Amino acid sequence: MKDTKRQTWMGLLARADAGRVPELLGQAGPSPDFEWLRAPEIGSVMVQGRTGGTGAPFNLGEMTVTRCTLRLSSGEVGHACLKGRRKGDAEAAAVVDALMQTPAETLMRSKVLGPLAEDAARARHCRAAKAAATKVDFFTMVRGED
Amino acid sequence: MYVAVKGGERAIENAHAWLAEERRGDTDVAELDIQQIREQLSLAVNRVMAEGSLHDPDLAALAIKQARGDLIEAIFLIRAYRTTLPRFGTTKPVETAEMACDRRISATFKDVPGGQVLGPTFDYTHRLLDFKLAAEGEPVTAEQRDADPAPVPHVTEFLNRESLIEEAPRDDTPPPDLTREPLELPAARALRLQALSRADEGFTLSMAYSTQRGYARNHAFVGELRVGTVPVEMEIPELGFAVEIGEITLTECETVNQFKGSRTEPPQFTRGYGLVFGHSERKAISMALVDRALRWEELGEDNSGAPAQDAEFVLYHADNIQASGFLEHIKLPHYVDFQSELELVRKMRREANAQTREAAE
Repeated sequence: MKDTKRQTWMGLLARADAGRVPELLGQAGPSPDFEWLRAPEIGSVMVQGRTGGTGAPFNLGEMTVTRCTLRLSSGEVGHACLKGRRKGDAEAAAVVDALMQTPAETLMRSKVLGPLAEDAARARHCRAAKAAATKVDFFTMVRGED
Repeated sequence: MYVAVKGGERAIENAHAWLAEERRGDTDVAELDIQQIREQLSLAVNRVMAEGSLHDPDLAALAIKQARGDLIEAIFLIRAYRTTLPRFGTTKPVETAEMACDRRISATFKDVPGGQVLGPTFDYTHRLLDFKLAAEGEPVTAEQRDADPAPVPHVTEFLNRESLIEEAPRDDTPPPDLTREPLELPAARALRLQALSRADEGFTLSMAYSTQRGYARNHAFVGELRVGTVPVEMEIPELGFAVEIGEITLTECETVNQFKGSRTEPPQFTRGYGLVFGHSERKAISMALVDRALRWEELGEDNSGAPAQDAEFVLYHADNIQASGFLEHIKLPHYVDFQSELELVRKMRREANAQTREAAE
Protein backbone atom coordinates (compact mmCIF):
# COMPACT_ATOMS: atom_id res chain seq x y z
CA MET A 1 0.00 0.00 0.00
CA LYS A 2 1.19 3.47 -0.74
CA ASP A 3 0.05 6.87 0.33
CA THR A 4 2.30 9.23 -1.52
CA LYS A 5 0.82 12.43 -0.11
CA ARG A 6 1.12 11.26 3.46
CA GLN A 7 4.63 9.93 2.80
CA THR A 8 5.60 13.35 1.51
CA TRP A 9 4.33 15.29 4.50
CA MET A 10 5.68 12.79 7.05
CA GLY A 11 9.06 13.02 5.33
CA LEU A 12 9.03 16.81 5.49
CA LEU A 13 8.14 16.69 9.18
CA ALA A 14 10.93 14.18 9.91
CA ARG A 15 13.57 16.13 7.97
CA ALA A 16 12.82 19.45 9.68
CA ASP A 17 15.49 20.98 11.90
CA ALA A 18 15.19 20.39 15.65
CA GLY A 19 12.50 22.60 17.19
CA ARG A 20 11.11 23.82 13.86
CA VAL A 21 7.86 21.81 13.75
CA PRO A 22 6.73 22.78 17.30
CA GLU A 23 7.57 26.41 16.45
CA LEU A 24 5.49 26.42 13.24
CA LEU A 25 2.66 24.45 14.82
CA GLY A 26 2.55 26.94 17.72
CA GLN A 27 2.25 29.81 15.24
CA ALA A 28 -0.63 28.02 13.48
CA GLY A 29 -2.86 28.22 16.56
CA PRO A 30 -3.73 26.41 19.76
CA SER A 31 -2.74 22.74 19.91
CA PRO A 32 -5.67 20.30 19.64
CA ASP A 33 -6.59 17.82 22.38
CA PHE A 34 -5.27 14.32 21.90
CA GLU A 35 -4.55 11.13 23.77
CA TRP A 36 -1.40 9.05 23.45
CA LEU A 37 -1.69 5.68 21.81
CA ARG A 38 2.08 5.41 22.16
CA ALA A 39 3.84 8.12 24.13
CA PRO A 40 7.11 9.36 22.58
CA GLU A 41 9.85 6.77 22.99
CA ILE A 42 13.49 6.78 22.01
CA GLY A 43 15.13 3.79 20.41
CA SER A 44 17.36 2.83 17.53
CA VAL A 45 16.94 1.55 14.02
CA MET A 46 19.53 -0.38 12.04
CA VAL A 47 20.47 1.55 8.91
CA GLN A 48 21.30 -0.61 5.91
CA GLY A 49 23.47 0.08 2.90
CA ARG A 50 23.89 -1.88 -0.30
CA THR A 51 27.08 -3.69 -1.32
CA GLY A 52 28.63 -1.74 -4.17
CA GLY A 53 25.83 0.83 -3.82
CA THR A 54 23.38 -1.36 -5.71
CA GLY A 55 23.79 -4.96 -4.53
CA ALA A 56 22.86 -7.01 -1.47
CA PRO A 57 22.02 -5.10 1.72
CA PHE A 58 24.33 -5.01 4.73
CA ASN A 59 23.97 -3.48 8.18
CA LEU A 60 25.80 -0.17 8.28
CA GLY A 61 25.11 0.89 11.86
CA GLU A 62 22.31 2.13 14.03
CA MET A 63 20.77 5.54 14.43
CA THR A 64 18.70 7.01 17.24
CA VAL A 65 15.03 7.63 16.50
CA THR A 66 11.98 8.91 18.37
CA ARG A 67 8.50 7.66 17.60
CA CYS A 68 5.01 8.24 18.92
CA THR A 69 1.35 7.77 18.00
CA LEU A 70 -1.59 9.86 19.16
CA ARG A 71 -5.32 10.21 18.55
CA LEU A 72 -7.11 13.53 18.32
CA SER A 73 -10.36 13.92 20.26
CA SER A 74 -12.03 13.93 16.82
CA GLY A 75 -10.60 10.44 16.21
CA GLU A 76 -7.79 10.91 13.64
CA VAL A 77 -4.57 9.03 14.40
CA GLY A 78 -1.20 10.70 13.86
CA HIS A 79 2.18 8.95 13.70
CA ALA A 80 5.71 10.24 13.86
CA CYS A 81 9.04 8.46 13.53
CA LEU A 82 12.07 10.66 13.14
CA LYS A 83 15.83 10.68 13.50
CA GLY A 84 17.39 11.71 16.80
CA ARG A 85 16.22 11.97 20.38
CA ARG A 86 13.49 14.60 19.95
CA LYS A 87 10.31 13.89 21.89
CA GLY A 88 8.88 17.40 21.45
CA ASP A 89 9.48 17.30 17.71
CA ALA A 90 7.93 13.83 17.45
CA GLU A 91 4.83 14.99 19.32
CA ALA A 92 4.39 18.04 17.09
CA ALA A 93 4.98 15.95 13.94
CA ALA A 94 2.33 13.43 15.03
CA VAL A 95 -0.14 16.26 15.75
CA VAL A 96 0.43 17.69 12.26
CA ASP A 97 0.09 14.21 10.73
CA ALA A 98 -3.28 13.81 12.47
CA LEU A 99 -4.47 17.34 11.62
CA MET A 100 -3.66 16.72 7.96
CA GLN A 101 -6.52 14.22 7.99
CA THR A 102 -9.00 16.86 9.24
CA PRO A 103 -10.38 20.12 7.79
CA ALA A 104 -7.31 21.78 9.35
CA GLU A 105 -5.35 20.35 6.40
CA THR A 106 -5.33 23.68 4.55
CA LEU A 107 -4.08 25.53 7.61
CA MET A 108 -1.35 22.91 8.17
CA ARG A 109 -0.27 23.16 4.54
CA SER A 110 0.07 26.91 4.62
CA LYS A 111 1.46 27.35 8.14
CA VAL A 112 3.61 24.26 8.65
CA LEU A 113 4.30 22.14 5.57
CA GLY A 114 4.74 25.06 3.18
CA PRO A 115 7.44 26.72 5.31
CA LEU A 116 9.11 23.31 5.91
CA ALA A 117 9.25 22.62 2.17
CA GLU A 118 10.79 26.06 1.66
CA ASP A 119 13.36 25.40 4.43
CA ALA A 120 14.27 22.06 2.88
CA ALA A 121 14.56 23.46 -0.64
CA ARG A 122 16.65 26.40 0.58
CA ALA A 123 19.01 24.18 2.59
CA ARG A 124 19.43 21.73 -0.26
CA HIS A 125 19.97 24.44 -2.81
CA CYS A 126 22.50 26.23 -0.60
CA ARG A 127 24.67 23.12 -0.20
CA ALA A 128 24.35 22.26 -3.88
CA ALA A 129 25.42 25.80 -4.79
CA LYS A 130 28.48 25.59 -2.53
CA ALA A 131 29.34 22.19 -4.03
CA ALA A 132 28.92 23.62 -7.56
CA ALA A 133 31.41 26.37 -6.71
CA THR A 134 34.01 23.64 -6.03
CA LYS A 135 33.44 21.84 -9.33
CA VAL A 136 36.65 21.55 -11.31
CA ASP A 137 36.77 23.19 -14.73
CA PHE A 138 39.49 21.36 -16.61
CA PHE A 139 41.37 23.01 -19.42
CA THR A 140 44.14 21.62 -21.55
CA MET A 141 47.33 23.57 -22.12
CA VAL A 142 48.35 23.85 -25.77
CA ARG A 143 51.39 21.67 -26.33
CA GLY A 144 53.73 20.87 -29.21
CA GLU A 145 55.25 22.85 -32.01
CA ASP A 146 52.24 23.49 -34.21
CA MET B 1 41.56 -18.28 40.19
CA TYR B 2 39.90 -15.04 41.24
CA VAL B 3 40.13 -13.90 44.83
CA ALA B 4 37.97 -10.97 45.89
CA VAL B 5 39.96 -8.18 47.43
CA LYS B 6 38.18 -5.41 49.29
CA GLY B 7 39.40 -1.86 49.57
CA GLY B 8 40.15 1.00 47.28
CA GLU B 9 36.64 2.46 47.22
CA ARG B 10 37.71 5.83 48.54
CA ALA B 11 40.76 5.94 46.27
CA ILE B 12 38.53 5.17 43.26
CA GLU B 13 36.00 7.82 44.23
CA ASN B 14 38.71 10.43 44.69
CA ALA B 15 40.39 9.42 41.43
CA HIS B 16 37.11 9.97 39.57
CA ALA B 17 36.60 13.35 41.23
CA TRP B 18 40.09 14.38 40.15
CA LEU B 19 39.35 13.08 36.66
CA ALA B 20 36.32 15.40 36.53
CA GLU B 21 38.44 18.34 37.63
CA GLU B 22 41.14 17.58 35.08
CA ARG B 23 38.49 17.17 32.38
CA ARG B 24 37.35 20.71 33.03
CA GLY B 25 40.91 22.05 32.95
CA ASP B 26 41.66 25.66 33.81
CA THR B 27 38.37 27.22 34.96
CA ASP B 28 39.53 30.62 33.72
CA VAL B 29 39.09 29.19 30.22
CA ALA B 30 35.51 28.99 28.92
CA GLU B 31 33.92 25.54 29.11
CA LEU B 32 33.27 23.67 25.86
CA ASP B 33 29.64 22.90 25.21
CA ILE B 34 28.22 20.00 23.22
CA GLN B 35 27.09 22.22 20.34
CA GLN B 36 30.62 23.60 19.93
CA ILE B 37 32.05 20.08 19.72
CA ARG B 38 29.31 18.97 17.32
CA GLU B 39 29.77 21.97 15.02
CA GLN B 40 33.51 22.65 15.23
CA LEU B 41 35.01 19.19 15.80
CA SER B 42 32.61 17.50 13.41
CA LEU B 43 35.12 15.04 11.95
CA ALA B 44 35.88 13.72 15.45
CA VAL B 45 32.11 13.45 15.99
CA ASN B 46 31.83 11.55 12.69
CA ARG B 47 34.52 9.10 13.70
CA VAL B 48 32.85 8.42 17.03
CA MET B 49 29.52 7.82 15.28
CA ALA B 50 31.08 5.52 12.68
CA GLU B 51 33.07 3.38 15.09
CA GLY B 52 30.49 3.64 17.86
CA SER B 53 28.10 2.37 15.17
CA LEU B 54 25.38 4.78 16.27
CA HIS B 55 24.40 7.86 14.28
CA ASP B 56 23.64 10.67 16.75
CA PRO B 57 25.90 13.73 16.52
CA ASP B 58 24.82 15.18 19.89
CA LEU B 59 25.54 11.96 21.75
CA ALA B 60 28.90 11.58 20.00
CA ALA B 61 29.80 15.17 20.97
CA LEU B 62 28.81 14.49 24.58
CA ALA B 63 30.93 11.33 24.58
CA ILE B 64 33.94 13.27 23.27
CA LYS B 65 33.54 15.85 26.03
CA GLN B 66 33.16 13.18 28.70
CA ALA B 67 36.17 11.24 27.36
CA ARG B 68 38.37 14.37 27.38
CA GLY B 69 38.86 13.99 23.63
CA ASP B 70 39.98 10.34 23.82
CA LEU B 71 38.04 9.12 20.79
CA ILE B 72 38.31 5.42 21.56
CA GLU B 73 36.98 6.06 25.08
CA ALA B 74 34.18 8.11 23.47
CA ILE B 75 33.40 5.24 21.08
CA PHE B 76 33.26 2.93 24.11
CA LEU B 77 30.69 5.23 25.76
CA ILE B 78 28.57 5.24 22.59
CA ARG B 79 28.72 1.45 22.25
CA ALA B 80 27.64 1.10 25.87
CA TYR B 81 24.77 3.54 25.42
CA ARG B 82 23.67 1.81 22.21
CA THR B 83 23.00 -1.41 24.10
CA THR B 84 20.42 0.38 26.28
CA LEU B 85 18.25 1.39 23.31
CA PRO B 86 15.29 -0.71 22.20
CA ARG B 87 15.64 -1.60 18.51
CA PHE B 88 12.57 -0.42 16.60
CA GLY B 89 13.49 -2.07 13.34
CA THR B 90 15.58 -1.86 10.22
CA THR B 91 15.56 0.83 7.57
CA LYS B 92 15.31 0.24 3.88
CA PRO B 93 18.81 0.11 2.37
CA VAL B 94 19.92 3.68 1.69
CA GLU B 95 20.22 4.51 -2.01
CA THR B 96 23.57 6.23 -2.43
CA ALA B 97 22.78 6.94 -6.10
CA GLU B 98 20.27 9.48 -4.74
CA MET B 99 22.87 11.18 -2.56
CA ALA B 100 22.87 14.99 -2.49
CA CYS B 101 26.65 15.20 -2.93
CA ASP B 102 28.78 17.78 -1.14
CA ARG B 103 31.81 16.13 -2.66
CA ARG B 104 32.19 13.69 -5.48
CA ILE B 105 35.46 12.85 -7.18
CA SER B 106 36.76 10.14 -9.45
CA ALA B 107 40.42 9.28 -9.86
CA THR B 108 39.67 7.18 -12.94
CA PHE B 109 37.60 9.45 -15.17
CA LYS B 110 38.34 13.11 -15.59
CA ASP B 111 35.11 13.97 -17.38
CA VAL B 112 32.48 12.11 -15.41
CA PRO B 113 28.93 13.36 -15.89
CA GLY B 114 28.20 15.53 -12.88
CA GLY B 115 31.83 16.58 -12.78
CA GLN B 116 34.58 16.50 -10.20
CA VAL B 117 33.19 18.27 -7.17
CA LEU B 118 35.82 18.89 -4.51
CA GLY B 119 33.54 19.90 -1.63
CA PRO B 120 34.95 20.96 1.74
CA THR B 121 38.24 19.06 1.49
CA PHE B 122 41.69 19.13 3.08
CA ASP B 123 43.10 17.99 -0.29
CA TYR B 124 45.33 20.57 -1.94
CA THR B 125 45.75 22.52 1.31
CA HIS B 126 49.41 23.16 2.10
CA ARG B 127 49.27 21.64 5.58
CA LEU B 128 50.80 24.77 7.01
CA LEU B 129 49.52 25.76 10.43
CA ASP B 130 47.03 28.57 10.07
CA PHE B 131 47.74 30.98 12.90
CA LYS B 132 44.69 33.02 11.97
CA LEU B 133 42.64 30.28 13.62
CA ALA B 134 44.43 30.96 16.90
CA ALA B 135 43.08 34.48 16.84
CA GLU B 136 39.41 35.32 16.70
CA GLY B 137 38.50 35.72 13.07
CA GLU B 138 35.48 36.66 11.04
CA PRO B 139 33.41 33.67 9.88
CA VAL B 140 34.26 32.70 6.31
CA THR B 141 31.47 32.38 3.76
CA ALA B 142 31.71 29.72 1.08
CA GLU B 143 31.29 30.74 -2.54
CA GLN B 144 28.14 29.64 -4.32
CA ARG B 145 27.40 28.96 -7.94
CA ASP B 146 24.20 28.13 -9.77
CA ALA B 147 23.49 24.49 -9.29
CA ASP B 148 21.07 21.81 -10.23
CA PRO B 149 20.61 19.77 -7.05
CA ALA B 150 19.82 16.59 -9.00
CA PRO B 151 21.46 13.30 -8.01
CA VAL B 152 24.52 12.27 -10.03
CA PRO B 153 24.94 8.69 -11.28
CA HIS B 154 27.60 6.38 -9.88
CA VAL B 155 30.83 6.35 -11.87
CA THR B 156 30.93 2.54 -12.07
CA GLU B 157 27.79 2.66 -14.21
CA PHE B 158 29.91 3.95 -17.10
CA LEU B 159 32.19 0.92 -16.95
CA ASN B 160 29.17 -1.34 -16.52
CA ARG B 161 27.93 -0.28 -19.94
CA GLU B 162 30.89 -1.99 -21.57
CA SER B 163 30.73 -4.94 -19.13
CA LEU B 164 34.28 -4.04 -18.18
CA ILE B 165 33.49 -4.15 -14.48
CA GLU B 166 31.75 -6.70 -12.34
CA GLU B 167 28.20 -5.77 -11.46
CA ALA B 168 26.67 -5.60 -8.01
CA PRO B 169 23.25 -6.99 -8.91
CA ARG B 170 20.29 -6.03 -6.77
CA ASP B 171 19.48 -8.60 -4.16
CA ASP B 172 17.29 -8.47 -1.09
CA THR B 173 18.70 -11.24 1.08
CA PRO B 174 18.40 -10.09 4.71
CA PRO B 175 21.97 -9.55 5.94
CA PRO B 176 23.47 -11.06 9.10
CA ASP B 177 23.89 -8.66 12.01
CA LEU B 178 26.95 -8.88 14.24
CA THR B 179 25.20 -6.92 16.97
CA ARG B 180 22.72 -9.78 17.26
CA GLU B 181 24.80 -12.88 16.45
CA PRO B 182 28.47 -13.31 17.31
CA LEU B 183 30.78 -12.83 14.35
CA GLU B 184 31.64 -16.28 13.05
CA LEU B 185 33.76 -17.43 10.13
CA PRO B 186 33.48 -17.82 7.26
CA ALA B 187 31.87 -14.37 7.24
CA ALA B 188 29.69 -13.41 4.29
CA ARG B 189 30.60 -10.17 2.54
CA ALA B 190 27.61 -8.39 4.13
CA LEU B 191 28.92 -9.27 7.58
CA ARG B 192 32.47 -8.21 6.66
CA LEU B 193 31.18 -4.85 5.44
CA GLN B 194 29.30 -4.29 8.71
CA ALA B 195 32.44 -5.13 10.71
CA LEU B 196 34.64 -2.92 8.53
CA SER B 197 32.28 0.05 8.64
CA ARG B 198 32.59 0.17 12.44
CA ALA B 199 36.23 -0.96 12.52
CA ASP B 200 39.02 1.16 13.96
CA GLU B 201 40.13 3.71 11.41
CA GLY B 202 43.83 3.29 12.19
CA PHE B 203 43.69 -0.48 11.88
CA THR B 204 41.69 -0.34 8.64
CA LEU B 205 44.08 2.25 7.22
CA SER B 206 47.12 0.11 8.02
CA MET B 207 45.56 -3.00 6.52
CA ALA B 208 44.64 -1.06 3.38
CA TYR B 209 48.12 0.45 3.19
CA SER B 210 49.68 -3.02 3.44
CA THR B 211 47.77 -4.06 0.29
CA GLN B 212 49.15 -1.02 -1.55
CA ARG B 213 52.68 -1.88 -0.48
CA GLY B 214 52.41 -5.35 -1.94
CA TYR B 215 50.77 -7.63 0.61
CA ALA B 216 47.84 -8.96 -1.45
CA ARG B 217 48.42 -6.36 -4.09
CA ASN B 218 45.33 -5.67 -6.15
CA HIS B 219 46.08 -2.21 -7.47
CA ALA B 220 43.13 -0.09 -6.47
CA PHE B 221 41.97 3.12 -8.11
CA VAL B 222 39.37 5.27 -6.47
CA GLY B 223 36.62 4.91 -9.05
CA GLU B 224 34.51 7.24 -7.01
CA LEU B 225 34.44 8.91 -3.64
CA ARG B 226 31.26 10.71 -2.65
CA VAL B 227 30.19 12.52 0.50
CA GLY B 228 26.69 13.84 1.04
CA THR B 229 23.28 13.25 2.50
CA VAL B 230 20.89 10.43 1.77
CA PRO B 231 17.31 10.03 2.91
CA VAL B 232 16.68 7.19 5.35
CA GLU B 233 13.36 5.41 4.94
CA MET B 234 11.68 2.94 7.18
CA GLU B 235 8.56 0.83 6.90
CA ILE B 236 5.98 1.85 9.52
CA PRO B 237 4.01 -1.34 10.27
CA GLU B 238 0.91 0.57 11.49
CA LEU B 239 0.76 2.49 8.20
CA GLY B 240 1.83 -0.26 5.85
CA PHE B 241 4.21 1.96 3.90
CA ALA B 242 7.69 3.40 4.25
CA VAL B 243 8.31 6.98 5.33
CA GLU B 244 11.42 9.07 5.42
CA ILE B 245 12.67 9.41 8.99
CA GLY B 246 15.49 11.84 8.28
CA GLU B 247 18.65 12.41 6.32
CA ILE B 248 22.17 11.32 7.24
CA THR B 249 25.59 12.17 5.86
CA LEU B 250 27.58 9.25 4.49
CA THR B 251 30.90 8.75 2.75
CA GLU B 252 31.02 6.14 0.02
CA CYS B 253 34.06 4.83 -1.82
CA GLU B 254 34.11 2.48 -4.76
CA THR B 255 37.44 1.18 -5.89
CA VAL B 256 38.15 -0.20 -9.32
CA ASN B 257 40.71 -2.99 -9.24
CA GLN B 258 42.61 -4.89 -11.88
CA PHE B 259 41.48 -8.45 -12.34
CA LYS B 260 43.13 -10.87 -14.74
CA GLY B 261 40.07 -13.09 -14.86
CA SER B 262 39.60 -16.61 -13.60
CA ARG B 263 38.25 -19.90 -14.86
CA THR B 264 34.72 -18.54 -14.67
CA GLU B 265 35.15 -14.80 -15.11
CA PRO B 266 36.61 -12.87 -18.09
CA PRO B 267 39.32 -10.27 -17.47
CA GLN B 268 37.57 -7.21 -16.12
CA PHE B 269 37.71 -4.70 -13.32
CA THR B 270 36.49 -5.73 -9.89
CA ARG B 271 35.26 -3.57 -7.07
CA GLY B 272 35.87 -2.88 -3.42
CA TYR B 273 33.27 -1.02 -1.40
CA GLY B 274 33.38 1.35 1.54
CA LEU B 275 30.45 3.09 3.22
CA VAL B 276 30.81 4.96 6.50
CA PHE B 277 28.69 7.29 8.66
CA GLY B 278 29.60 10.96 8.35
CA HIS B 279 32.37 12.59 6.38
CA SER B 280 35.07 9.96 6.90
CA GLU B 281 36.88 9.51 3.62
CA ARG B 282 40.18 8.05 4.81
CA LYS B 283 38.12 5.35 6.50
CA ALA B 284 35.85 4.78 3.49
CA ILE B 285 38.79 4.35 1.10
CA SER B 286 40.56 2.03 3.57
CA MET B 287 37.40 -0.01 3.97
CA ALA B 288 37.06 -0.43 0.20
CA LEU B 289 40.65 -1.65 -0.16
CA VAL B 290 40.32 -4.14 2.68
CA ASP B 291 36.92 -5.32 1.40
CA ARG B 292 38.53 -6.02 -1.98
CA ALA B 293 41.49 -7.86 -0.46
CA LEU B 294 39.14 -10.10 1.54
CA ARG B 295 37.31 -11.10 -1.64
CA TRP B 296 40.25 -13.16 -2.97
CA GLU B 297 38.52 -16.50 -2.52
CA GLU B 298 35.25 -15.58 -4.20
CA LEU B 299 37.20 -14.12 -7.16
CA GLY B 300 39.46 -17.17 -7.48
CA GLU B 301 42.65 -15.28 -6.68
CA ASP B 302 45.71 -16.74 -4.95
CA ASN B 303 45.99 -16.55 -1.22
CA SER B 304 49.38 -14.92 -0.85
CA GLY B 305 49.19 -15.28 2.93
CA ALA B 306 48.91 -11.53 3.35
CA PRO B 307 47.31 -10.26 6.57
CA ALA B 308 44.68 -8.27 4.62
CA GLN B 309 43.48 -11.48 2.92
CA ASP B 310 43.02 -13.24 6.24
CA ALA B 311 39.39 -12.66 7.26
CA GLU B 312 39.99 -14.03 10.74
CA PHE B 313 42.97 -11.76 11.31
CA VAL B 314 41.22 -8.67 9.95
CA LEU B 315 37.75 -9.13 11.43
CA TYR B 316 38.85 -10.32 14.86
CA HIS B 317 41.31 -7.47 15.36
CA ALA B 318 39.49 -4.57 13.72
CA ASP B 319 37.20 -3.59 16.57
CA ASN B 320 38.89 -1.07 18.82
CA ILE B 321 36.49 -1.62 21.72
CA GLN B 322 37.13 -5.36 21.82
CA ALA B 323 40.84 -4.74 21.36
CA SER B 324 41.21 -2.04 23.98
CA GLY B 325 38.98 -3.94 26.41
CA PHE B 326 41.30 -6.92 26.29
CA LEU B 327 44.45 -4.86 26.13
CA GLU B 328 43.57 -2.54 28.98
CA HIS B 329 42.30 -5.25 31.31
CA ILE B 330 45.90 -6.30 31.94
CA LYS B 331 46.49 -3.09 33.86
CA LEU B 332 43.78 -4.02 36.37
CA PRO B 333 44.84 -5.95 39.47
CA HIS B 334 46.28 -9.39 38.66
CA TYR B 335 47.95 -9.79 42.06
CA VAL B 336 47.02 -13.43 42.55
CA ASP B 337 47.90 -14.46 38.97
CA PHE B 338 51.22 -12.73 39.29
CA GLN B 339 51.89 -14.25 42.72
CA SER B 340 51.70 -17.71 41.18
CA GLU B 341 53.96 -16.66 38.29
CA LEU B 342 56.46 -15.38 40.84
CA GLU B 343 56.39 -18.70 42.70
CA LEU B 344 56.91 -20.54 39.43
CA VAL B 345 59.92 -18.46 38.37
CA ARG B 346 61.51 -18.85 41.84
CA LYS B 347 61.02 -22.63 41.64
CA MET B 348 62.56 -22.81 38.15
CA ARG B 349 65.55 -20.77 39.28
CA ARG B 350 66.09 -23.06 42.29
CA GLU B 351 66.02 -26.09 39.98
CA ALA B 352 68.33 -24.47 37.44
CA ASN B 353 70.81 -23.51 40.20
CA ALA B 354 70.72 -27.03 41.60
CA GLN B 355 71.48 -28.48 38.14
CA THR B 356 74.40 -26.09 37.63
CA ARG B 357 75.85 -27.09 41.00
CA GLU B 358 75.44 -30.80 40.23
CA ALA B 359 77.18 -30.36 36.87
CA ALA B 360 80.04 -28.48 38.51
CA GLU B 361 80.55 -31.17 41.17
